Amino acid sequence: MLHVAIATRAFRRYSTYRAATLAGIFTNSVFGVIYSFAYLALWDANPTAGGYDSQDAVTYVWLGQALLMTIALWGGGTTDDLADRVRTGDIAVDLYRPVGLVGWYLASDLGRAAFHLLTRGLAPTVIGFVVFHIAMPSSLLNAAAFAVSLVLAVVVSFAIRFLVASTAFWLLDQSGVTVMSGAFAIFFSGMMLPLVLFPGWLGTVANALPWASYVQVPADIWLGKHTGTGLLGALGFQVFWAGVLLLACQGVLSLATRKVVVQGG
Amino acid sequence: MVDVESTPLLHVRTYGQIAWLWIRAAWQYPTSFVLLAVGNGLITGLDFVGLWIMFTHLSDLAGFSLREVGLLYGSASLALALADTAIGSVERIGTYIRTGRLDQMMTKPVPLLVQVCADQFTLRRLGRLTQASAVFGWACTSVDWTPLRVLVAVSMIVSGALVFFGLFVGFSCIQFWTTDATEFANAFTYGGATVTQYPLSIFPREIFVGLTFVIPVAFVNWYPCLYLLGRTDPFGTPDALQFASPLAAVLTVTAALLVWRSGVRHYASTGS
Repeated sequence: MLHVAIATRAFRRYSTYRAATLAGIFTNSVFGVIYSFAYLALWDANPTAGGYDSQDAVTYVWLGQALLMTIALWGGGTTDDLADRVRTGDIAVDLYRPVGLVGWYLASDLGRAAFHLLTRGLAPTVIGFVVFHIAMPSSLLNAAAFAVSLVLAVVVSFAIRFLVASTAFWLLDQSGVTVMSGAFAIFFSGMMLPLVLFPGWLGTVANALPWASYVQVPADIWLGKHTGTGLLGALGFQVFWAGVLLLACQGVLSLATRKVVVQGG
Repeated sequence: MVDVESTPLLHVRTYGQIAWLWIRAAWQYPTSFVLLAVGNGLITGLDFVGLWIMFTHLSDLAGFSLREVGLLYGSASLALALADTAIGSVERIGTYIRTGRLDQMMTKPVPLLVQVCADQFTLRRLGRLTQASAVFGWACTSVDWTPLRVLVAVSMIVSGALVFFGLFVGFSCIQFWTTDATEFANAFTYGGATVTQYPLSIFPREIFVGLTFVIPVAFVNWYPCLYLLGRTDPFGTPDALQFASPLAAVLTVTAALLVWRSGVRHYASTGS
């Protein structure tokens, strides 16, 4: 129950910034239009590139714009608070609390993601549907699987952002690591270009890295590219990375805690 | 002796002093400093890798080869990097207004725009600058150089930087009226920058017209590059536009400075 309360508060906290939300939707949509025309030019010249057709490609663009804030691809989200609190020393207060730190921040990040999904996620999808006639999930099963995949995408992204924020325990200023990790995220998530276009070994590597859970996996589920056991495999891939990375968060945190205790004397 | 007190030279010097202050401050966290520079280079570097991957599925994009797209990409990226290094902080005026820092700045004997632009100056854009120069250098081999083309190329980079300067300053002024809609500006600034990565011929005519007359990013690289590559515009615009970038730059900067002035006049503090 506590975690639900945390998530609700986070949802409400983010919903305060109405003008920012509208501005964000506008910006996402502008980028959606730009990338749509770029992809249309690509698929016009090569109509079967990466096993997508041009409608798949445009759908992929708008899903990417819809997911951008929901999964906090650029970093940000509640893990930024964590880094700030490490720098200011407020983290000591958090560590007193009789609640696990990872669970606390994960709950609040899920609340944030829910808000971003309903605003920054939904609006570009609708605009993409109206203007570019993007595809909708072909069956109820696909839609349900997409919903599950979305939650897993947020968890994987949260875990990576948590690890990045945790570097503040050692570096005090995590902004450099944040930028680096953002660069990897944008490239290997398929946000910049669908991973299905990546040639040879680069494609193999990109599809195995945790970032593939951000955009490529949910988008492929939406597009109905995974069926039957393939669908389970795709979700299993996300579950695997979510589990591994959350364990890593816990591990890094216990290492860091020891360090904080030493600093505090 | 020149009267330093009232020349723009003084503003440049003050700008330099504030910028140097911030460089030394950033260097207090050397790991972050290096990672920020490398990370920013990486982001833009991977951008170009993305274009390269696109071309593994294509022979040309709307009639442009990879090297020609590289010329478009490199020149725009170089212009953006120059503008962004110089005045990237202007995007943050919303924060300055909210926290009341803008009020403090107004009491100081340095023009507000100089202070805002130099504030939190960061060399992290060096990464982008390096990467953009490399791509531009590589792509330059596809140009059949003449003295006039060299001149157009140089004026393209300078004008491009000025156009981005104008866009960043102009659109940041939105924050004088609304303090949390920062991202609105990104659609035009970073959106404009993204558009310039591609041959504009991939867009429908209406968008292309908008990119010439409303958000004039077509002058950043499209028109001058057409001249460098000896092409005619697929949209059939007059050849004279290929030399019009400096004019577009002057107009954009003038408009931006006017908007800035009216924004500052409109500004009435948050009272905090």
